[in-house]
Amino acid sequence: MTDIHIVGAGIHPFGRTDGRSGLDQGVFAIQQALDDAGLQWSDMQFAFGGSSAAGAADAALPRMGLTGMQFINVNNGCATGGSSILGGYAAIKSGDYDLGIVIGFDKHPRGAFNADPEASGLPRWYGETGMMLTTQFFANKITRYMALNGIGSRTLGLVAEKAFENGSKAPHSWRKQPVDVDTIMNAQMVSDPLTKYMFCSPAEGGVALILASDRKMRELGLSGPKVRAAAIRTRPTGSFEVFSPSLEIERGQSATQLASAAAWEMAGLGPDDVDVAQLQDTESGAEIMHMAENGFCKDGEQEKMIADGVTRIGGRLPVNTDGGCLACGEPIGASGLRQVYENVEQLRGRGDRRQVEGARIGYSQVYGAPGLSGCVVLER
Amino acid sequence: MSRAVADNLFRGEGRSARLLGGRSKADGRLVFPFPHSADAENFDLVELANEGTLWSWTVQRFRPKTPYNGRGDPDGPFTPYGVGYIELPGQIIVESRILADDFDALRIGQPMALTTEAYREDETGEPVLTYAFTPIAEPRA
Repeated sequence: MTDIHIVGAGIHPFGRTDGRSGLDQGVFAIQQALDDAGLQWSDMQFAFGGSSAAGAADAALPRMGLTGMQFINVNNGCATGGSSILGGYAAIKSGDYDLGIVIGFDKHPRGAFNADPEASGLPRWYGETGMMLTTQFFANKITRYMALNGIGSRTLGLVAEKAFENGSKAPHSWRKQPVDVDTIMNAQMVSDPLTKYMFCSPAEGGVALILASDRKMRELGLSGPKVRAAAIRTRPTGSFEVFSPSLEIERGQSATQLASAAAWEMAGLGPDDVDVAQLQDTESGAEIMHMAENGFCKDGEQEKMIADGVTRIGGRLPVNTDGGCLACGEPIGASGLRQVYENVEQLRGRGDRRQVEGARIGYSQVYGAPGLSGCVVLER
Repeated sequence: MSRAVADNLFRGEGRSARLLGGRSKADGRLVFPFPHSADAENFDLVELANEGTLWSWTVQRFRPKTPYNGRGDPDGPFTPYGVGYIELPGQIIVESRILADDFDALRIGQPMALTTEAYREDETGEPVLTYAFTPIAEPRA
């Protein structure tokens, strides 16, 4: 069976880059990934790419070269990046290809994401009366989770404080200034219990990763982390996901629980094996809940783990070592690939001031509307 | 006069309002809102319970982008509103705007009752109603 490796990685810094389109940022990341691997665009046999607000990803073709390659545009909400890498993984696993690239870039207007009820199969009144906001979903989910599992609001603040601390050490992050927990706690409330520092913002950025079969990698004299698992799952009956006008009383699992279980099985690994994790932190509470949904702890254990610094760099399970979505912002098409990029950097020992010493297994999980999660497990 | 923001969403007004859902003709499962698509033919229109308990909640503290069309000048001050989920016992958990004098006093599990709320006026000045849940005042001990 073919193993798949990531042999090149590139990123355009996240945040706001005036005068540079989303596509410009994607092309920047592609070129950097090619340079990283010492390869040419003409070497790429396929591409999977996604952008939500910056046009079709295959607009990169005329910029990079019209080689006739297979290029598939991906659109899967906030999990677009996770979906692109799964596409690339499967393309090589199938044996049809042995070298290709996955791309994600985006450039969103400022402020919260616009929601279109009709596009989600929801009635117009749901948006008109002000209930169709992703921010409300995350706030509702963490409000109940905190009440049921004994988690205090200061833990939300500590997650954000860690994000900005880590972001200050990552060259590709947006937020470069540490923010102390009291400033975070006392900041303007956006959607209770979450203040403005506890939410990520739509942003800009681009990421590209070059995937190769193990045979092709050796032939080219390259190296890079092995993809032990890549899995995507959508919301099952009884889950609580974004844009839900109603829920079943009998609660079920989440898309994230299903995706992580699939990833662990595929990798033949478990949460205890992980040295560094990138978990979807659309807001502080999401990181807390995703720690449990991905199997890294039981519900409620996060309070003590976070207070003890377990998830900080230097702790037992560093989470979101580049500051995650909170410090990098969320360009939808690129966000899930940034998580994988960060793990590639960590596993290759290129993390510099944010390096997790001896990191061997990296885990990432991206979550997106209307309820899907994508998990990737990498091994050095 | 006032009008509802949508058909088949609720009947009546104020505390006598009743939320409308759909009951699957195939298996009796309840859905909310009543399907507005071709799927509607698979459901019977039913009234849902008008009291329940607070399942979760938050407060919307910034003006949402379109399609939100709630009252107020887009450039003027914005009045926050509550949004949460109400568990209707034995039926379904519904998302709703929350009317409360003090959001900080809201507690998961507390009893809530259905009412209606004029969340905006239309171009002719007619109030447009949507549904909302509000805490049921606890009797004084």
